[in-house]
Amino acid sequence: MSTIEKAPLVGGEALGVSAHERRTMLISVLIFIAAGFVPLVFDGYVLQLSISVVMYTAFATSWLLFSGPTNYIALSTAAFFGIGMYVTAAGIDLVPYPVLIVASGVAGVIMAAVVGLATLRVSGVYFVIFSLGLAELVRQFMTWGQHVFGTMSGLYVTIDRSEPMYYWQLLLLTGIIYVAGWWIGRSRLGFALRIIGNDEVVAVHCGINTARAKVVLFVISSAFASILGALIAPRWGYVEPVVAFNPFLSFQVVIMALLGGTHRLWGPLLGVIPFTLLWELMSIEFPDQTTLLLGVCFLLIVYAIPNGITGLIEGAWNKRGKTDGSVPGVLQRVVNGSAAVKNLLQRGKTSA
Amino acid sequence: MDIVIIGLLLGGTYALMAMGLQLQYGVARIMNLANGEVLIAGAFGAFWFFAGTKASPLFALLFVVPLAFALNWAIYRILILPLVRRAKNQGKLEVDSILATFGISFIFIGIMVAAFGAQYSDYSYLSEPIYIFGERYGLNRVVSFGCSILLCAGLYLWLHKTRAGLALRAVSVNPSAAGLVSINVIRTSAFAFALGGAVTAAGGVLLSMYLTFDASYGVVFTLKALIIVILGGVGDIRGTIVAAFVLGLAETAVASLIDPGLTLAAAYILFMIVLLVRPEGLFGRRTA
Repeated sequence: MSTIEKAPLVGGEALGVSAHERRTMLISVLIFIAAGFVPLVFDGYVLQLSISVVMYTAFATSWLLFSGPTNYIALSTAAFFGIGMYVTAAGIDLVPYPVLIVASGVAGVIMAAVVGLATLRVSGVYFVIFSLGLAELVRQFMTWGQHVFGTMSGLYVTIDRSEPMYYWQLLLLTGIIYVAGWWIGRSRLGFALRIIGNDEVVAVHCGINTARAKVVLFVISSAFASILGALIAPRWGYVEPVVAFNPFLSFQVVIMALLGGTHRLWGPLLGVIPFTLLWELMSIEFPDQTTLLLGVCFLLIVYAIPNGITGLIEGAWNKRGKTDGSVPGVLQRVVNGSAAVKNLLQRGKTSA
Repeated sequence: MDIVIIGLLLGGTYALMAMGLQLQYGVARIMNLANGEVLIAGAFGAFWFFAGTKASPLFALLFVVPLAFALNWAIYRILILPLVRRAKNQGKLEVDSILATFGISFIFIGIMVAAFGAQYSDYSYLSEPIYIFGERYGLNRVVSFGCSILLCAGLYLWLHKTRAGLALRAVSVNPSAAGLVSINVIRTSAFAFALGGAVTAAGGVLLSMYLTFDASYGVVFTLKALIIVILGGVGDIRGTIVAAFVLGLAETAVASLIDPGLTLAAAYILFMIVLLVRPEGLFGRRTA
């Protein structure tokens, strides 16, 4: 199977940055800068809530990088987050903090590569099942390791950081995730993944190395979750297996991303904001029924808004009949698809 | 010797539980991630029955099994069927049913926590020793194993010797071809899903005789059942039974030789080996 040589992307226009894209970028940068001012204006409860929103946006968007285009539901966020926390907690007295952030990312990369190579070559369901138990698996190994080496079950992470600093760190990472997502979306890798998500058999027949594309993206997506672990560990201060590998996190991230919609990079943001606020309210009102409520949310999203909030918005947009340069939703995919086929045909001719 | 016998006893109950999931995934083609919660619900049913009457928890099977059957049938008809009808392809259905059954499993957990509390529950029934090859074992384990094997054998014979069982196997092999020979695929699938739930709940009743459980423990059993089904090959009852014993033995070996906290790790390593070496399962046929 020959890999595709470096070739121009869809059509000619996508090589440069279109006017529409430039507008979107400008708006995104403005929102990003505006978000940076939050800690200067607010403090206390509002700032805490903002930190939650930024943190979950980072989680959900990095989850989306892999699960959005491939339609593989990854439930491993908690496992990678926990690994990042543990790397940070274990090394905090030995090496400087920035080194640990990088080390957490590296740990995430290694684990994601191993898991990805084992599970992503076969059916997607197996990957979902494996990712579901991954946090519990790593937690068991951690607990066992601590037992064998006789270390304490909890570790303290103490470095001096103010709340606004946490906020800015998380915001910066979120920005990086967005840039990464945008870049992947334009790259050959992102293009390959969209084809895989639409039809894996077609992707294989196009000469795409599907396993490699999936593993690479899973690694990128998971590394961000590990880095988030490193960023959040000092805020929590105390790390122990049950807390670091809490599987609830994985489900929350999935549900927020699904609520927002998984086929737009900015989808998770629209899910995170309402969900974080709603969840805050619900866990105060019904502290003992959070699991039940999470279940109800899952069902509501699957049955009532299967395409998420972005799907609803784009549905409404399409009904208005507005199809200037922005061609949203389904249409966009048709255009992408036909351009892809054209591209492939041309490439076939030149190589023949 | 100890490990072998305890492993086999455990494997017997695992076989029953995994056969439940096998019916749901292999025949009805629904990856039911609420399977473990149904099992725990069965366990709570037995716990509640035993606390109230002090009669043998085996009698709890008489009401747990029909209830679980009805409940799972309703879940399939009301919640899953719209997804089946909506789905454009098998992949989309898989994603939807995974998400929906996650929702169902959380609702189960929520209800069970509200009804029975979040603490560990167990009860003591037949906890007297029995001697096999001169070693002591709990009588409850042996009784539980015996009942599981009886139920498994019954199910196996039913699937292979009756017309209804034949219809189920036909749907499992190819749903659209089954439709062509005038099998009502939707009704058969609903029946398989309900039967699978009932079998799993029966497994829960039997497990509760010697195992401590709590409301949130279901996911571990879901994972184990899934690993058994994949190890044995999807749609292969024989493979499921063999795989259940393999997992029971592997877990017991790891628990007694290394650390009891690593049972899931043992299951996962087994899973990983299968994925790397034989993704189609022990007896599964390789698809082209």
